[in-house]
Amino acid sequence: MTQDTWNFIFIGITFVVYIFIAIRSRAASTREFYVAGRGVSPLANGMATAADWMSAATFISMAGLIASTGYAGSRFLMGWTGGFVLLTVLIVPYLRKFKKFTVPDFLGDRFYSNAARFVAVVCAIFICLTYIMGQMRGVGLVFSRLFDISISFGVIIGSCIVFCYAALGGMKGITYTQVAQYCVMVFAYTIPAVFISVMLTGNAIPQLGFIGDYIKDGAEHAVPLLEKLNGLNKELGFAQYTGGVKDKWDFFCITAALMFGTAGLPHVIVRFFTVKDVKAVRQSASWTLAFIAIIYLTAPAVGSFARTNLIEEIHNQEYKSVPAWFTGWENRDLIAWVDKNDDGKIQYFGDGAAFSGKPAFKLDSDGESLRGSYNERLLTNDISPGRNELFYERDILVMANPEIAGLPEWVIALVMAGCIAAALSTAAGLLLVLSTSVSHDLLKCIVKPDLNDKQELMWARIASLGALVVAAYFGINPPAEFVAKTVAFAFGLACSSFFPTIVLGIFTKRINKEGAIAGMICGIGFTLGYIIYFQFYANHQDYWFNFLENGTGVSPEGIGFIGMLINFMVAYFVSMLTPPPPQDVQDMVESIRVPQGAGEASDH
Amino acid sequence: MSETHDSKTYWKQSLKIIAFLLMIWAFVSFGCGIIFREYLDAEMPSVGGAPFGFWMAQQGSIVVFVLLLFVYNLLMNRLDRKHGYDQEGSL
Repeated sequence: MTQDTWNFIFIGITFVVYIFIAIRSRAASTREFYVAGRGVSPLANGMATAADWMSAATFISMAGLIASTGYAGSRFLMGWTGGFVLLTVLIVPYLRKFKKFTVPDFLGDRFYSNAARFVAVVCAIFICLTYIMGQMRGVGLVFSRLFDISISFGVIIGSCIVFCYAALGGMKGITYTQVAQYCVMVFAYTIPAVFISVMLTGNAIPQLGFIGDYIKDGAEHAVPLLEKLNGLNKELGFAQYTGGVKDKWDFFCITAALMFGTAGLPHVIVRFFTVKDVKAVRQSASWTLAFIAIIYLTAPAVGSFARTNLIEEIHNQEYKSVPAWFTGWENRDLIAWVDKNDDGKIQYFGDGAAFSGKPAFKLDSDGESLRGSYNERLLTNDISPGRNELFYERDILVMANPEIAGLPEWVIALVMAGCIAAALSTAAGLLLVLSTSVSHDLLKCIVKPDLNDKQELMWARIASLGALVVAAYFGINPPAEFVAKTVAFAFGLACSSFFPTIVLGIFTKRINKEGAIAGMICGIGFTLGYIIYFQFYANHQDYWFNFLENGTGVSPEGIGFIGMLINFMVAYFVSMLTPPPPQDVQDMVESIRVPQGAGEASDH
Repeated sequence: MSETHDSKTYWKQSLKIIAFLLMIWAFVSFGCGIIFREYLDAEMPSVGGAPFGFWMAQQGSIVVFVLLLFVYNLLMNRLDRKHGYDQEGSL
């Protein structure tokens, strides 16, 4: 069987499973649509949350990012797992006890004001929209690489599938499909890692291979893998793999912003409203982190293996005798080579990009690629002066890993199915929050409180269709420049708005409406302002808060952390200067602090 | 509902548990993984082939996070039982 047939079979089967589950679990009420009837088991919800959390970017790009940045890649590893500790011990058990459907619900009631609710809704919509655009684009990319169709067509297929189970099944539908998607993802990620680990280090557990010896040159030449990698990096002129970062304080802020941002992401928080009680929430959140950790602990291993392997297989090799995967991915535009010194060999050095920008291939009048003297594809880009001749997209370190390791075709198909599962599961989770924000938080709670359950459910479905159309549009016509620069927005916003406000709402009774709203506005205003200024207006990188000698200051990626501190301070001082919240709100806070009984909050 | 629901004591003790866990959380990630990293790389024995601080940043901290949450479950469930908040289905 050819690779294409395998791909069709694997992705076809997974799609049939997803849609079958979706039809079996159609939502009949808003309670089922928003929180899956609160009957999901902690283990199943843990898997679903893990799939929801790990996006296409995590799945496809993270290992590649770690491979190319070494130690600096740790900010994602610590940030995106450490946030779950905060989420679990500070936020979700208490919000679950509050027994409503959404995060704006909590903020609106705790701060007894529709203004607070409205600010929260706007933030939730903004965070989810920035996020979902990238997901739809990811689905489109994978489809187009696999089946040679246009990205737009891929985005449309992906949207239809997501619509099927997110709009019909609501939270109930997406929870059970996400369980299936998690299983696909975890196998797709770990199986190739195990094979490569055995190949390079002789150890079947990638995490042990990571700290083990590199034995591919024979057992008598065994050296620790990381030492080998440091040596290769040094030889080729890259920074040391286990080396330091430029500015520790900036690195600290970025890691913190990712952590506190993770704990404030609405689409993750609402997942824990689907389980039975507070005890189940704690259990479920622990499972979630355990399931996420399986992939996050494998990623740095995959990154180091892939990089070592790539350098060994490619650097100073004759182009004519490179393995088939190299030309395969070159034909799919993800690898490019320019023979600067005309020796027919590929040189890979750390002295900058081989040419400017992404590869633009020379085509003849039939759209076929023009080939050079070694049958490589010719480029129209401006060649850079350095010695480096190789361009590769980071994503291939995961996508091409099975091929590089010479694994059977079905493993490659499994990885492709995993990429699509990662993108679809996250897109569905975000879509649900978007539709809930519109139907529940905006319509039911602010605009038209007399909506009955059936109507609200209908609006939820209409809203998810609307959100999907917007997301698909941006997936097809990505504001590319914009999306790349706005990734920092989602985490910065969650970190400077939701996290501090929710935590203050639970852990103090004195913080009142005025304090919370002022805090949110100052936190968000500062964070947004800083990001917009440095990403779009300032043509320099003299960031503020530069405390270290030779430091860089805090980059826009990490500014959410400072925004959070501002939010905390403003909320505190404004609250102290204004009257305390009414007695019934204080009683409500008391009641969510204990896992059972007492308190007037109830399901609606 | 069973015997004593002393919500004030319950809350105080939950706060203690949370503070204890978050201290470890900050120590392994921000402490070992970032602030004291060079020191640990140099002074501590390597974990297999990986310098200690580097390993904490890429593996160790995540392992500790997972353990922390299981400890959290254990401690909170015990606290619930002590204060009679463990009745089935009375949320």
